[in-house]
Amino acid sequence: MFMFTMLRQRNGNNMEIPKSFLGYKRENGRAGTRNHVIILPVDDISNACAEAVANNIKGTIALPHSYGRLQFGADLELHFRTMIGTGSNPNVAAVIVIGIEPKWTKKIVDGIAKTGKPVEGFHIERTGDIGTVMKASKKAQEFVMWASEKQREECPISDLWISVKCGESDTTSGLASNPTVGNLMDKLEPLGVHLCFGETSELTGAEKVCAKRGASKEASDKFMKTWSAYNDFILKEATDDLSESQPTAGNIAGGLTTIEEKAFGNFQKIGNCKFVDVLEPAEEPKKGKGLYFMDTSSAAAECVTLQAAAGFNIHLFPTGQGNIVGNPIEPVIKLTANPLTVKSMGEHIDCDVSKILSREMNLSEAGDELIKTTLRVANGRLTCAEALGHKEFVMTKLYRSA
Amino acid sequence: MATDIIIHDQKDNVGVVVIEKITPKQDCKCWIMENDGSTNIQSIDEIPLGHKIAMIDLKEGDTILKYGHDIGKVVKSIKKGEHVHVHNVKTKKW
Repeated sequence: MFMFTMLRQRNGNNMEIPKSFLGYKRENGRAGTRNHVIILPVDDISNACAEAVANNIKGTIALPHSYGRLQFGADLELHFRTMIGTGSNPNVAAVIVIGIEPKWTKKIVDGIAKTGKPVEGFHIERTGDIGTVMKASKKAQEFVMWASEKQREECPISDLWISVKCGESDTTSGLASNPTVGNLMDKLEPLGVHLCFGETSELTGAEKVCAKRGASKEASDKFMKTWSAYNDFILKEATDDLSESQPTAGNIAGGLTTIEEKAFGNFQKIGNCKFVDVLEPAEEPKKGKGLYFMDTSSAAAECVTLQAAAGFNIHLFPTGQGNIVGNPIEPVIKLTANPLTVKSMGEHIDCDVSKILSREMNLSEAGDELIKTTLRVANGRLTCAEALGHKEFVMTKLYRSA
Repeated sequence: MATDIIIHDQKDNVGVVVIEKITPKQDCKCWIMENDGSTNIQSIDEIPLGHKIAMIDLKEGDTILKYGHDIGKVVKSIKKGEHVHVHNVKTKKW
């Protein structure tokens, strides 16, 4: 299409990718990048009790949230899947579950117990907050002291389950930070890692091309079915077509012209990988190594919470303007190619790839930098979001409660 | 080493400005990320950071390729070096 005046190939001298990291081996054969003891409330009204226990027993964290009462049908199933999945995540060493009543509390305890990790449930009815806090605190102390003796051990890199999601995107996201994640995927997928992308809504415009990335006809068809269900929902609820809001006025000011352009920018995150299956929100992958698509919202905290509940143990989050999200159990690594974001809010950025735009770094070099950062975090280095105390745990609600 | 415009894919017919802005008749250096190649183009319009420039002449009905993919159709003919945006390109979605 046009003449190349110069062709440089610097991609030949890639770094050698480490074959292992230091993680916590779990009873079910998975490995964690973290060693949390969590206090998990079943429902909104048990938050106070869970937070009191976490305040009593140092080294534990409570995961308060807003739901868990009078939910039904698919929405209730998603609630249980998210709760059980969060407790089952290999970044969690042990779990205290606290709910208002015994039945739902036990259902979550039993689900988590299948991993073989220590888990115990407490219900508040007929005991009250104070008695429950005392009983649960005693068990939490036992769990956290037990967990504190766990040592990191050498684990194969295939024990990494990496989820991705972008946020506060701008043109630098599609240009550089999303393709950097794609480059990492292309390099790590052959090593047997699990990978996951989501954001059903933000793929609109690229859905047909995305469907072709299914590793089988079954996976492709499942993707189109999932995307169409979302699109039908939008068409039903929308008061006008999406062209008035996608791309947004801010996107257009930044240079994005069409919804397709925005979607393909997002799509850069998966590199050249093909997805082996399509997951329900918070569903654990069951078809072995490789890339999965999960049906998620494009809201950052909701998406990461669902991916963590599916068992992903480390997250990559490319941002343009500077999204600051974190998660209580899954470390969230931020990368950006926007030099202004690096300069103005550098405390949120774990990996700076802005040199791509000035051509001081190519995509392969950026991918290598991101792999190095990912392994440092997998080995225990705190992410910016962890150091800054970001613990956004946000349940996805499908519809209003009864 | 520095570049004014980034082109994602060899197949693309637009590039993205990565400096604060380019001015009319500016000779711009372009970097093709996919194969780490280079090319040059002279601009016609002033184009701000993050916005697109046409790498070839495009006529009404042509498809805009970015990331190697169809991102919309030309609704008003565009000359090589002109600004490509909502005034001359529309989605094919609606």
